[in-house]
Amino acid sequence: MPSSSTMMTTAQPVAKIPDSLLKLVDATLDFAIGGNMFKPKVLRALSGVSFELHAGRSLALVGESGSGKSTIARVLSRIYQPSSGKVEFGGQDISTLRKSELAHFREDVQMIFQDPFGSLNQTHTVGYILERPIKLHRRELKGADVQNHIVELLEQVGLTPAKDFVRRRPHELSGGQRQRVAIARALSVQPKVLLADEPTSMLDVSVRLGILNLLEEQKLQKNLATLFITHDIATARYFAEDTAVLYAGHLVEQGPSEHITSRPQHPYTKLLIDSVPNPDRRVAVSTERKAADIPLWTSDKIGCPFAARCPRATSICSHEMPEPQSAQTGHFVRCHHV
Amino acid sequence: MFFDPSALMEVRNLAIDYVGDNEVLRAVNGISFNIKRGEIFGLAGESGCGKSTVAFGLARLTRLPGLVSGGSVSFNGEEVLNFDGDRLRQYRWGEVSFVFQSAMNALNPVIRVSEQLTDVIQTHKSCSLQVARERAAEMFELVGIHPDRLEDFPHQFSGGMRQRICIAIALCLEPKLIIMDEPTTALDVVVQRDIIEQIRALQEQLGFSVLFITHDLGLMIEFCDRIGIMYSGELVEVGPSATIFENPLHPYTEALGQSFPPLTGPRVRLEGIEGSPPRLSEIPLGCRFSPRCSKAIAVCKNQSPHLIDYPKQESRAACHLLQL
Repeated sequence: MPSSSTMMTTAQPVAKIPDSLLKLVDATLDFAIGGNMFKPKVLRALSGVSFELHAGRSLALVGESGSGKSTIARVLSRIYQPSSGKVEFGGQDISTLRKSELAHFREDVQMIFQDPFGSLNQTHTVGYILERPIKLHRRELKGADVQNHIVELLEQVGLTPAKDFVRRRPHELSGGQRQRVAIARALSVQPKVLLADEPTSMLDVSVRLGILNLLEEQKLQKNLATLFITHDIATARYFAEDTAVLYAGHLVEQGPSEHITSRPQHPYTKLLIDSVPNPDRRVAVSTERKAADIPLWTSDKIGCPFAARCPRATSICSHEMPEPQSAQTGHFVRCHHV
Repeated sequence: MFFDPSALMEVRNLAIDYVGDNEVLRAVNGISFNIKRGEIFGLAGESGCGKSTVAFGLARLTRLPGLVSGGSVSFNGEEVLNFDGDRLRQYRWGEVSFVFQSAMNALNPVIRVSEQLTDVIQTHKSCSLQVARERAAEMFELVGIHPDRLEDFPHQFSGGMRQRICIAIALCLEPKLIIMDEPTTALDVVVQRDIIEQIRALQEQLGFSVLFITHDLGLMIEFCDRIGIMYSGELVEVGPSATIFENPLHPYTEALGQSFPPLTGPRVRLEGIEGSPPRLSEIPLGCRFSPRCSKAIAVCKNQSPHLIDYPKQESRAACHLLQL
């Protein structure tokens, strides 16, 4: 099939990486979670996270629940303001955007959410759901042009015959079809960046790949920079050229997906990969169990957040979080023991 | 049908309907399988294929509008569908217990976990509170939680620990069969691995059987001894895990297996399965999978296939293509 080759070529580590479009620079985000006025308790949801999104490339953000994946998407879309650090879009700090510039930023950076049952208004038709952003953000389109654009969008996301879908309401659609409408809505304002927060985890297993393939096609056609948030490292490898692994708000490893899955360096990445169900083996009852949960990372904690669960942890790990070291070209890891 | 002495539970032609105002929908359409003693048997399929309906049916938990309308379920040679109130009380939890998907909802949030364990023990066994508490502490140790935490409330535990408490409650009367309906779906992959390894270890130690339900075929193949694949209320294939993984007979099993991106090997485009399962009110003629099947031929569109034994693969499958 002709489309299979496109996936293969993007799997190669690309020699020349285009300039970054959306950039997270040393972002830290604190939430107050109690304490008192003299001794406030502060949850550090993100600790000095930096990465870049490039046009036409996908970065997968992988981690367990509570690791800060969705928080990053919210910081990037300016829903949250980082406590320190910044987000740069096209070289400009987004916290300094003026009102008119902000409207353009919101067009350019679009989100796709996990739950297509909650992200679409049940009382509106698909046509209306797609018409609103077009009327608000693309005022140059009038009358019939708007309708034609809606039909075009529905065809792009594989909802055909489009005329039929325009009149339907979300409850008449399956989960996969709803997520396609959500994707069409995100694409309707011609964004440059897509932030997809677990776009397939609520969907049935048989339709997940269809949604991923659709996002991949749109990314290639429209040269979109994509952030793909997932808890499943195998899906990350399938979809994204690059993968970043997040643990308790710390980026612990980042690099080409192929390297991360075939030669993981950080002990947490190794644990994550070993935990993925693997039909090739039977459940081996492990002798050593270090059951622990993601620590609640408060602002007064130091050291590597994974130290309590790490089989290789030594005394230095509980005192100091190492700086990213380069394991290979474009592959960074934060661990004292690599 | 002869009774297979190695089988703990034998399900024959089980049919479960959902009764609506104007129509009756058949959610489970005459399925047959057995679960052997000490075996981990899996049921896999997409959402809405009827796997949870079967699980509820086996525990006699089907409630209106659901209705078990035919077939038989024999447990240790006894007909479960004929149990009266007293026998049923003994059967539920004493012989067959349940672990549900969301551990957060299965535990009562305003009652200490110790009470939730002792309540189960005292309801089924006439023993003093002291004895029940000792048993509860024993169960906690079995699933790897320190008995000091018995007096805590559910919200003081993490998701994985709550699921372990549910497993402890399911085990405390030493049932012969535990039905696990997506026990790890709401959990993170690392915690999932932990729980699965623990269930395996407990199963080897205590020798109970498990009916394991999930949509994650990879997990199922790794964990189960035998697997049944369900589609639209029917079993389309039943066989050992290895066959289901390496040599699936039914096109649906094969397509389902290819719906999960692998972690190793070449990175190629996968297609998933086109379309979606039929609505129960619009069941297609012939094979129910035929509208989505890439290999369907003329006969598939007008004749329903039956489960047929393929002894070479030790597997049973319902597909016309295998008969060609």
